[in-house]
Amino acid sequence: MNGSTGEWLSFRRIGAMVLRYLYLLRSSGPRLLELFYWPTVQLVLWGFITQFFMTNSTWVAQASGVLLAAVLLWDVMFRGQLGVSLAFTEEMYSRNLGHLFVSPLRPYELVTALLVISLVRTLIGVSAAAVLAIPLYHYSIFELGLPLLTFFFNLIVMGWAIGLIVAALVLRYGLGAESLAWVAIFAVAPVSGIYYPIAVLPGWLQPVAWLLPSAYVFEGMRAIMFDSLVRFDLMVKAAALNAIYLAVGVGVFLYSFRVARRRGTLLHVGE
Amino acid sequence: MSAAVIEVRALTKCYGDVRAISDIDFSVARGSTSALLGGNGAGKTTTLAILLGLLMPTAGCIRVFGEDMSRHRYRVLGRMNFSSPYVDLPQRLTVAENLTVYAHLYGVQGVRKRIRMLGDELELSEFMRRPYRSLSAGQKTRVSLAKALLNEPELLLLDEPTASLDPDSADRVRSYLMDYQRRRQATVFFASHNMPEVERLCDDVIMLRRGRVVNRGMPKALIAQYGRDNLEEVFLDIARDTDIDSTHGQAVQ
Repeated sequence: MNGSTGEWLSFRRIGAMVLRYLYLLRSSGPRLLELFYWPTVQLVLWGFITQFFMTNSTWVAQASGVLLAAVLLWDVMFRGQLGVSLAFTEEMYSRNLGHLFVSPLRPYELVTALLVISLVRTLIGVSAAAVLAIPLYHYSIFELGLPLLTFFFNLIVMGWAIGLIVAALVLRYGLGAESLAWVAIFAVAPVSGIYYPIAVLPGWLQPVAWLLPSAYVFEGMRAIMFDSLVRFDLMVKAAALNAIYLAVGVGVFLYSFRVARRRGTLLHVGE
Repeated sequence: MSAAVIEVRALTKCYGDVRAISDIDFSVARGSTSALLGGNGAGKTTTLAILLGLLMPTAGCIRVFGEDMSRHRYRVLGRMNFSSPYVDLPQRLTVAENLTVYAHLYGVQGVRKRIRMLGDELELSEFMRRPYRSLSAGQKTRVSLAKALLNEPELLLLDEPTASLDPDSADRVRSYLMDYQRRRQATVFFASHNMPEVERLCDDVIMLRRGRVVNRGMPKALIAQYGRDNLEEVFLDIARDTDIDSTHGQAVQ
């Protein structure tokens, strides 16, 4: 009656975990609403700010959608991180880790499922806001063309890396560390150059900014919008940095899982 | 392959300076029903958690189906399963959704048919569409048991299998487990505080006290050894560290 469970990677097990998170999403109106709520509120807020700056800022006037594109792309990173951290926190809330990890599910299969559900959540939330921007502010982020795909994937991968580190901290320190899921990513916001060029930062801070893939993405976005220039060099640097960030994120998560097995916290999760 | 499904050798688990279990040895024969007994803090949960691979031992070795659980647990996890009233399933998912997710995790073929069958056998059919969180404690225990039986495990590990069940439901679950064990030739290993249950179900009992195995044997043999009327009295003797008068086989304070 039963299939093999000894294979080192099973798409069926990954699919089972994705299904688990989709069931959860479907079961909760507030969770679904939350996906749309914040990107839409951000969009509306920055839409009005853009309208104000269009007549008061020559910089914004040169590329009217720059702030809207920035806020939508920032939300890709934020949603990407939340998608991973919150989905993992759900397992802690439901005290389900004990059952999960006596099943043949490998920790890296759980990681893969977390990334997939994060992608789904981000696409739902940010796409809705992006489409809404077209009738509301006559701005379509899709005008960025194919580079938009590289921006999207570079930002969501950085979000995933941070999300996995947050999940590792929650596994290590319990649900008392849950608030990190909501605030951790804002530590990199000031140095990501979301709404302003990296050149605005103090000289000593700029090298820090260039350690972040997000800084390259937002500079790349402005290069297209202001200079009609596609900066592949920036995207390559962002992707290279992201490979390191994601490897670190996955490594930290798997290490924290190993520590949890040593300390016995998989059975006793909580605050 | 060894005839023993579980082999535990010199197993020790320390949390800092505290030894939760110390130098434990035992084995569990294929097709047997065995229980791990002991008072609170005796080391039952720690031992079960190491058996399941949820906890790494400080020293010693556990082999399940001949595989070292520290290194090769994924080779055997699909042949085992586990149920505990103290480890929940996702609260917002319905019973059917929970069982579907776990059926896929265990690679079950014919998921719907298997879930329907378990629903009928464990009298869960009417709850299938209800969220897990809305169930009573006893109903949750039965759902957890259904999850543990999804893959028809050769080794079933149970923590308090009838906790929160009323006497009628508990009796049905015990009968079901006995029938499952016979039908599947499965090995059942569980931790319990319910002594009549242990007497009824088990061929073999392992007694733990303060992280050490202090006695083991068939329930009737242990009752005779301690000169008691039932296993509960034996349990109390062991938990309270009562000595046995070796001449008369009577427990003495």
